[in-house]
Amino acid sequence: MDRLQHDRLKWKCRRGLLELDLVLERFLRREGKTLSESDAAALSELLEQPDNDLWELVIGRSDRVDARLRGILAQLRAC
Amino acid sequence: MSLPVRTFDAIVVGAGGSGLRAALELSRAGLRVAVLTKVFPTRSHTVAAQGGVAAPLANSGEDNWHWHMYDTVKGSDYLGDQDAIEYMCRRAVEVVIELEHMGMPFDRLENGKIYQRPFGGHTQDYGSAKMAMRACAAADRTGHAMLHTLYQQNVHANTQFFVEWMALDLVRDAEGDVLGVTALEMETGEASLFHAKATLLATGGAGRIFAASTNAFINTGDGLGMAARAGLPLQDMEFYQFHPTGVYGAGVLITEGVRGEGGYLLNKNGERFMERYAPNAKDLASRDVVSRAMTTEIKEGRGCGPDADHVMLKLDHLGADVINQRLPGIREIAIKFANADPIREPIPVVPTVHYQMGGIPANYLGEVVVPAGGNDEAVVRGLYAAGECSCVSVHGANRLGTNSLLDLLVFGKSSGEQMVKSIRAMPEAHKPLPKDAGERSQARLVRLDSARSGERVAEVSNELRRTMQAHCGVFRFPELLIEGVEKMKAIAARAERIAIEDKSKVFNTARIEALELDNLVETAMATVVSAEARKESRGAQARSDHPDRDDANWLKHTLWYKDGNRLAYKPVHLKPLSVDSFEPKVRTY
Repeated sequence: MDRLQHDRLKWKCRRGLLELDLVLERFLRREGKTLSESDAAALSELLEQPDNDLWELVIGRSDRVDARLRGILAQLRAC
Repeated sequence: MSLPVRTFDAIVVGAGGSGLRAALELSRAGLRVAVLTKVFPTRSHTVAAQGGVAAPLANSGEDNWHWHMYDTVKGSDYLGDQDAIEYMCRRAVEVVIELEHMGMPFDRLENGKIYQRPFGGHTQDYGSAKMAMRACAAADRTGHAMLHTLYQQNVHANTQFFVEWMALDLVRDAEGDVLGVTALEMETGEASLFHAKATLLATGGAGRIFAASTNAFINTGDGLGMAARAGLPLQDMEFYQFHPTGVYGAGVLITEGVRGEGGYLLNKNGERFMERYAPNAKDLASRDVVSRAMTTEIKEGRGCGPDADHVMLKLDHLGADVINQRLPGIREIAIKFANADPIREPIPVVPTVHYQMGGIPANYLGEVVVPAGGNDEAVVRGLYAAGECSCVSVHGANRLGTNSLLDLLVFGKSSGEQMVKSIRAMPEAHKPLPKDAGERSQARLVRLDSARSGERVAEVSNELRRTMQAHCGVFRFPELLIEGVEKMKAIAARAERIAIEDKSKVFNTARIEALELDNLVETAMATVVSAEARKESRGAQARSDHPDRDDANWLKHTLWYKDGNRLAYKPVHLKPLSVDSFEPKVRTY
């Protein structure tokens, strides 16, 4: 990702729930530099989820997500 | 260079609960409304509110606004303005039913009415032992449901949203009237002037000034900074509500239910220290008692970890079944944010800031009011404030749970109504913008874009948060407060020398974070200076050297001014609108 893609994604990671801010910040710090184009696109799509739904996905209380986004979700869960 | 100008009837800064409620009122009145927001509206921090919204609907037991008003006045430790509290409690039923009719998915009773449950501090019959059933909720997603409902209504009403725009400064003319704001479009990095007949600040709280905070990253006190830079005072900023158990280093809340189920706190010696502070209630003592005990343990050198700066919450003795079944989500939070599995090891915790009671001084119509010409509360023409960034003041020195969502609805609506009324009474043409409109914002941007070297944003903001946590936390000590004021002055000076490496304009988050830091600095300074000066303990302010409330000297609101870093005071409104005053009494629960 270039600087611009990174910053756009970083701002989509600014959420209403602190829990998500923290997990997403940590993920971008660890993986942001090496994230593939397709993973970045998948993350961007996953970030369209409402905060509460996204949090339930991240902590594994819900699995309701499109199959295309399972890979990036697994990475977020492991982070 | 002059900035491009966009003209509207009204501007709303912030798209959380209060901003959306006000915008709806304005759009439905047929006015042209611009809502500016840093993030998409449904990602506002209102989404984090779980508990519910208070309203004396009496669906599940006797209730009325008089009882609700008494609880709120008492909860505020008598610093709340009783006219505003009466106003809020009397309009509670109306705004909740209205929200129901908009499609808010409240939990229901079998008879179809809104289900209501008890909540701390809400009682029947003026503080009797019987709890009132007053909280209306939508499962544990009340804030989320409220935001989505209000956002949809605004889309229908044609409210115009400017998403990923950051408001920078208020525009005031020579007479002091507010004529709009300057704002930065993140996508282009360019600033614009938004010219309007009425402007509402609804930017939420500034909990991010503390190292331990439950607030989302966006809560940087932008509206408070804007008001302070425009020469307006900030009111009662010393009062922040803390929760005793936030995860150390993260801030995420560990619910009181953990201690309810039998979890308890330990110091570095493995001692269950709450037995010394509250021999009967122990770890189930009230939030402020537990928070003060934790702070005392840490201050006296019995904290845990290499920096001896937290305590431990032990629950492994409850067993995996209780933890998994009765405390859902707690294990995931502890593992994710403390790297500790509570089934085997304790969770590191600290008292964590949760809600800001102070803010921009406003009356119950949402009008911003400041001392001028011998009047303590002269209206600033064209400016309104609602929600957590405002101080109306209904929460006084301490907020009751579920009253914050009510505050958003009532004062979002009343400020919207008052803006409509005021705009309709104005001449057709907008009052002309002053020649220097936008100069302050441009100067801030030019300085950031030209500074070759200087302080780094992350370092200064971390230092600010550490300082506020250590010097102005849940339990306050005179020598630490005095030192804290001096340290904040040094941090404010460093913040003026910020430099960012990447000067790109298009979507540069480093630039946004530097602009946010200015707002954190104003809010933190207001907080520590106000706290140092108030020589009493009341509500959320607890001082070691003045452990009691002092109504003779301190039954008054603090006003902090950026100019001169000075303080003034004004009386509390003890007289309600229609009923007798609730005289200050010792507050016991």
